[in-house]
Amino acid sequence: MSITDFLTDLVNPDLAFLPKALAVAVMSSIVCGVVGCYVVLRGMAFIGDAVAHAVFPGLAIAFVLQGSLVLGGAVAGVATALLIAIFSQNRRVREDSLIGVFLVAAFALGIVIISQAPGYAGSLQQFLFGSITGIPDRDLVLVGFTGLVILGLLLALHKEFVAVCLDREMARSMGLPVFWLDIVLYVLVTLAVVISLQTIGNVLVLALLITPAAAARLLTDRLGVMMLLAPAIGGTSAFVGLYLSWSYDTPVGGIIVLVATAVFLIAWLFAPRHGLLAKRRTRLRQPPAEPDPVTGPAVAAGNAH
Amino acid sequence: MRALDIEHLDVDLGGRPVLRDVRLHLDRGELVGLLGPNGAGKTTLLRAVLALVRTRNGRVLVEGRPARPGRSAIGYVPQRHEFAWDFPISVEHVVLSGRTGRLGLLRRPGVADWRAVGDALDRVQLSGLRRRPVAELSGGQRQRVLVARALALAPSILLLDEPFTGLDMPTQELLGELFASLAREGRAVLMTTHDLVAAVESCTRLVLLNGRVIADGRPDELHDVEVWMRTFGVSETSPLLKLVKAG
Ligand SMILES: Nc1ncnc2c1ncn2[C@@H]1O[C@H](COP(=O)(O)OP(=O)(O)O)[C@@H](O)[C@H]1O
Ligand SMILES: [Mg+2]
Repeated sequence: MSITDFLTDLVNPDLAFLPKALAVAVMSSIVCGVVGCYVVLRGMAFIGDAVAHAVFPGLAIAFVLQGSLVLGGAVAGVATALLIAIFSQNRRVREDSLIGVFLVAAFALGIVIISQAPGYAGSLQQFLFGSITGIPDRDLVLVGFTGLVILGLLLALHKEFVAVCLDREMARSMGLPVFWLDIVLYVLVTLAVVISLQTIGNVLVLALLITPAAAARLLTDRLGVMMLLAPAIGGTSAFVGLYLSWSYDTPVGGIIVLVATAVFLIAWLFAPRHGLLAKRRTRLRQPPAEPDPVTGPAVAAGNAH
Repeated sequence: MRALDIEHLDVDLGGRPVLRDVRLHLDRGELVGLLGPNGAGKTTLLRAVLALVRTRNGRVLVEGRPARPGRSAIGYVPQRHEFAWDFPISVEHVVLSGRTGRLGLLRRPGVADWRAVGDALDRVQLSGLRRRPVAELSGGQRQRVLVARALALAPSILLLDEPFTGLDMPTQELLGELFASLAREGRAVLMTTHDLVAAVESCTRLVLLNGRVIADGRPDELHDVEVWMRTFGVSETSPLLKLVKAG
């Protein structure tokens, strides 16, 4: 199918679900791209993973009670995010395995709950792997509104989040409310996960959070640029992924993630400074380190990664 | 008025006593080396000055007032490994981040903030590298970035946590000179280290700490081998003591 056919289908009133799916997929990918920058830079991928798991029983309950899935997922996810924020304040204590145990249990609980609904196998597949049909109009609005709130808060608290990412101890000494900033960030990650669940699915949503941001990190050394590149990569992957998925009748979540992964691999190989090839080239050439008048030569670029 | 007064300070961490009856006074112009073995409570003492740990007893006065995070005129330079050096950020933005607390929520940095950043970078001679990503700096340059970040608040007290650790001798010497001149300009500088040579070289006063203050005096006053043995828990044959006697 050519891209023109795809665009024609998008405006076909008989296929009204398609533009809705596209809007939700692109919006959530953009939001996940921006939030994902913090997730990648703080190395908190496991929070995204935890939240994606924990959201499931909330979805299941909402499904059985026929309530809003976004709302059900949000409640369960935010509760988890708060618990993790509280547990992880004391960095000396490793709670990883405890959190792991609870999350898999939550997932199991979700499966048991959802099995109470008639014909649950189809819905289960939809939750786990995403789907482009059956997005109600009110969810479209909810996703758009939530996305704007997330981006607005990230912008408003940007310098505080950066300070905490750089150095928690210094942030505390400056009087920043580090604990509350952690909670806000975790909740924003959760909301980004929840609004993405419908199209991408529970299993793959982590990729939407991590992959575009990780690719963007390889392409730049400037945070501002990274936070523009990541949503651009995510949004484009969503668009291209939905097009391919529609053309070849393949699951949309899987295709979107594969497209984003392709972008990541290209960045990993060819990125101007951090790519594999660029590093090999500099290693072969061994440029003289630029001397510093006060403390001698700088370490080689990228040494700290 | 003294820059820093610590009176009868007791601190417990995780239910265990870490500091007991610590008394320490700092005037502007002093560069004081806080010496002690690993686990002596050096970092904890700095955190108590910053009001980041709960004190069990005693008090900490910064320029005559109880210390409060974000309010006191203290510049903090934590150990280099506390900082996320792989973060995609330039030198000048790291220094600017030192003013985040003072700026307050929802406020963007203005002319005064950037001027403070420029002054701090000039002071540590990093102006030439201000746009460089911090990941590409050497250890000595990184230490100076952290000092500049602390100076961006124009503090009257500077707390340095093990600034020499992991640096080679020439770099240590240059940093020591920088700290000494920062003190001479009228700041009170308190620096933890377990590097004796560098401390004896640059400090105007040494405080030996191991849970409590074991000795406090000018480097040339601390020739009593016994206090060094008690602080560091070493025997009479330790090479450390040769250094002390030689100094
Ligand atoms: N958050 C904490 N909880 C419990 N014990 C701690 C904590 N932080 C430090 N300690 C203990 O306090 C003692 C002093 O630590 P610290 O001040 O870091 O020593 P130093 O900086 O002199 O090496 C050590 O025994 C350390 O194990
Ligand atoms: Mg220490």
